[in-house]
Amino acid sequence: MTLEKSGIEYLSVQEIRGPLMIVGGVSGVAYDELVEVETAEGERRLGRVIEVGEGRAVVQVFEGTQGLGIAGTKARFLGRTMEIPVSVEMLGRVFDGLGNPLDGLPQPIAEEVLDVNGEPINPQQREYPSDFIQTGISAIDGMNSLVRGQKLPIFSGAGLPHNLLAAQIARQATVPGKEEEFAVIFAAVGVQNDEARYFRRSLEESGAIKRSALFLNLADDPAIERIVTPRIALTLAEYLAYRQGYHVLVIITDITNYAEALREVSAAREEVPGRKGYPGYMYTDLASLYERAGRITGLKGSLTQMPILSMPSDDITHPIPDLTGYITEGQIVLSRDLYRKGIYPPINVLMSLSRLMGPGIISQKKTRPDHGDVSNQLYAAYARAVQLRSLAEIVGKSGLSETDLKYLEFGDLFEQKFLRQGYSENRTLDQTIEIAWDILSSLPEVELTKIKEEHIRKHYRKRTA
Amino acid sequence: MRTVRGKIIWVAGPAVKADGMMGAKMYETVFVGEEKLIGEIIKLTGDVAFIQVYENTSGLRPGEPVESTGSPLSVTLGPGMLGSIYDGVQRPLDVIGKVAGGFIKRGIKAEPLQKDKKWKFIPLVKAGDEVGPGDFLGEVAETPLVVSKIMVPPDSKPGKLTYVAPEGEYTIEETIAELESRDGKRSIQLAHKWPVRRARPFQRRLDPEVPTITGQRVLDTLFPISKGGTACIPGAFGTGKTVTLHQLAKWSDTKVIFHVGCGERGNEESEVLTEFPHLKDPATGRPLMERTVLIANTSNMPVAAREASIYTGVTMAEYFRDMGYDVLLVADSTSRWAEALREISGRLEEMPAEEGYPSYLASRLAEFYERAGRVVTVGRPERIGSVTLVGAVSPPGGDFTEPVTTHTMRFIRTFWALDASLAYTRHYPAINWITSYSAYVDTVRKWWAENVALDWFEQRYQAYRLLQREAELLELVRLLGPEALPDEEKLIIDVSRMIREGFLQQNAYDEIDAYCPPLKQYKLLKLFVKFHTLAEEALKKGVPLKAIRTMPLISKLIRAKYEIPNNRLELLDDLEKRLEESFEKLVLGEKLEVEAR
Ligand SMILES: Nc1ncnc2c1ncn2[C@@H]1O[C@H](COP(=O)(O)OP(=O)(O)OP(=O)(O)O)[C@@H](O)[C@H]1O
Ligand SMILES: [Mg+2]
Repeated sequence: MTLEKSGIEYLSVQEIRGPLMIVGGVSGVAYDELVEVETAEGERRLGRVIEVGEGRAVVQVFEGTQGLGIAGTKARFLGRTMEIPVSVEMLGRVFDGLGNPLDGLPQPIAEEVLDVNGEPINPQQREYPSDFIQTGISAIDGMNSLVRGQKLPIFSGAGLPHNLLAAQIARQATVPGKEEEFAVIFAAVGVQNDEARYFRRSLEESGAIKRSALFLNLADDPAIERIVTPRIALTLAEYLAYRQGYHVLVIITDITNYAEALREVSAAREEVPGRKGYPGYMYTDLASLYERAGRITGLKGSLTQMPILSMPSDDITHPIPDLTGYITEGQIVLSRDLYRKGIYPPINVLMSLSRLMGPGIISQKKTRPDHGDVSNQLYAAYARAVQLRSLAEIVGKSGLSETDLKYLEFGDLFEQKFLRQGYSENRTLDQTIEIAWDILSSLPEVELTKIKEEHIRKHYRKRTA
Repeated sequence: MRTVRGKIIWVAGPAVKADGMMGAKMYETVFVGEEKLIGEIIKLTGDVAFIQVYENTSGLRPGEPVESTGSPLSVTLGPGMLGSIYDGVQRPLDVIGKVAGGFIKRGIKAEPLQKDKKWKFIPLVKAGDEVGPGDFLGEVAETPLVVSKIMVPPDSKPGKLTYVAPEGEYTIEETIAELESRDGKRSIQLAHKWPVRRARPFQRRLDPEVPTITGQRVLDTLFPISKGGTACIPGAFGTGKTVTLHQLAKWSDTKVIFHVGCGERGNEESEVLTEFPHLKDPATGRPLMERTVLIANTSNMPVAAREASIYTGVTMAEYFRDMGYDVLLVADSTSRWAEALREISGRLEEMPAEEGYPSYLASRLAEFYERAGRVVTVGRPERIGSVTLVGAVSPPGGDFTEPVTTHTMRFIRTFWALDASLAYTRHYPAINWITSYSAYVDTVRKWWAENVALDWFEQRYQAYRLLQREAELLELVRLLGPEALPDEEKLIIDVSRMIREGFLQQNAYDEIDAYCPPLKQYKLLKLFVKFHTLAEEALKKGVPLKAIRTMPLISKLIRAKYEIPNNRLELLDDLEKRLEESFEKLVLGEKLEVEAR
């Protein structure tokens, strides 16, 4: 069933609803086939067959159906699925959400033409990610380490500095001791123009722009195109990682806009909606993006993903963050409370998680031997501090024990000394862990039960009375 | 059986309709399209068959042929499964990897078991013997850990063996015995097929009185699961379902392990594949992979095969049960399986019940968990085998009132409730000890008394009671602050915190703490219970709480789980002695002080 070039053209549009167009009287049309739609005025758009049978094809039009009429609209079935030409030359370039150049330069010469949907990585062929990426950010490196080939999203909220953080990570990320080819792919999905510009500037300032490709679907671009933009970005990323040996970091922002486009298509198909109107298959659909991160045995490169999503009403149980969290290997959660306190980066470490840190880094002893214990102790102590803080609000500090008060103090130190850092402050992992020991030493030694005695002997700062 | 040939008339995602299918049967396997993609008939109306396709349908078009195979979706059961990784319809992913490289291409046909590999067969019967279904015919040492028993297939009739192959090397297709029965002659090979949606028969069920020892304290001690039992572990994302299931797969004292990754992450499969060959079975010291089978249909692999994967897994598990082995199957996550069911049902335009799930969700779940059990198998010699089933559940938003969780709870007997607020404080495993339960505590009690310690039940009860009291007291603390409580109650909170930290919490990534043998579990628990008893007495004798709280021994007790190696349990007895001495000193010191005053 390889798709032979059919190029058959139909004028028999029967119905248009939402982003969908139904073409009647078709034959030989394939599921998932690419369609070129031409309006009566000669404008061309792209679409894809999402259902075919009984003589009709349901076509999802990426640029939207605005301005399409039943009469005069032509649908040409192209006999292939959606593909994009890829090449290393695409680094340093800026494209629109469908992969057309936006920078006035010609389309780079294709080294290969690839299906934007990719293919699932064979789990047996995956190599377990275990290269520690130092981001220079203590809350991440110390407690939620990022690993090459991981998918680690940022869960944010309207107005929180997720772009600042993502850009800082893109600038600072290194694998200590390794100088290798890296690339940054940035996919803007329905974001404001100035957000996209911010990223571009940040990449330019750090000189990383030469190794970056930007795909921009902005807020005023067609909504249904958002379903394709991340796939195009990931297709290039896979090419660079697995064919060209690059270590690629893919930043996609904002997944919430992507999910909304998905919902729009589902509603137009009159499917039984799942939670909050999002389609029941949204988990599987999101997985078809996120699972494209990874490493493959025997191949040099890696594909690390950092999707950004804004949680509607800061609600982490909303289907978009919820389903994302069920697929990704952890999450970095930003907190409005910390942001209001003026702390950057406002990372809520308790709700954040890197699942690859334990098995990928700590068990394999990839970093300092006290890294794991220190991280566990920071978590335990800060969690206790946060609990005691809310208790103190009710019963007052006088209702707390001496040790409890020490924890309260630790909580403040943690936020001010460990968490807080500058926009361009790039800490080594050693610096991060030393700061951790400084603040942990404010607690009595007997409290540090998560840390092995040998590490305590070596690092705990005994106070000279 | 006659082959039915029809034509595709409609395609949408994993669902395909074909007409001209009169004569085809429900759940029959079919080949779809020119590329002969594998599919299964899930609905028939007139001559139209509704087919779920186990491979990517991109590019499929109406008019392409559909061909029935005459047999239902089946697995091949025989030597060579252990150590393998399969997709949801038993295609070996390593073979696919060799053909296609890093990515899964569709239309690849791969045999579940190696056809050319020779296995050493040792017969246990001879020509002329009368045998019946399930009887042992011989053995194949499949891995150093597991000897595969070759059995008369359970769907055979009793009869007389007219031929038994001599000891020697055979492939899975060569005949090793011939059976003459009422049904005629049947030749038997090392491997046979069995339909995945049909449970393999057994003689009778036994009581769930033997625990599955998992080496996880909160499970074994507080909420045990028996051999042949059922459990579910629901929890919001990131609360620890997968890590707990991996821990079970690594350390459980069952003979064979099935790990079904059903719509989850590729890296989690790769983690198992990387780690298990290096981990040693605590009982035998052999690499864990020698007793493990992985079924991996990750979230980005075709969704229909995800639906099939748990049946594929449980059928293979039953096959090892029939050999007289204890088998554990963990399924991560049954919610993704249910979603696959929902997606296909949606495409069928069936009337949805709650939250879009089909009305048969509950009965499908019941059927699955019903396949667990500790049983007397069919066949001679008489033997006992078990299939233990543990399913992860991933409730949207962590809300346990959703359909998959609530229906599952009706069919399982051990409930390990993961709690996001525990996970946020890094209390792992984040199993909430107030809302979790196990119906097997009483049934496995005898085993613990006979094999570990007579007073296991009593110690467990004491510890559990303390934790429950703590929960009540914390309610008060939330209103009044901790200082408002009397000292005995403060003590309960202190000791409970020690139990949480020193006993319930267990770090899966710590070399020593990852696995805790039953005796160590018991001894640790006893230490904390004893601490409470002694401290309570000391308080009564006038020792101030502060003196108890600042005992340097406390941090030793809490660290004991990972500082004391599993082969040095006598150190725990020493610790117990030191505990007694420290309290004696405290009480004595207090007495002296009072006298001095
Ligand atoms: N026993 C444990 N010891 C140490 N860490 C643990 C333990 N249990 C869970 N964790 C931590 O919690 C993280 C999340 O656990 P896990 O991946 O099992 O979650 P999950 O419930 O399967 O989530 P999802 O539904 O998204 O798959 C792990 O990566 C690990 O960091
Ligand atoms: Mg999981």
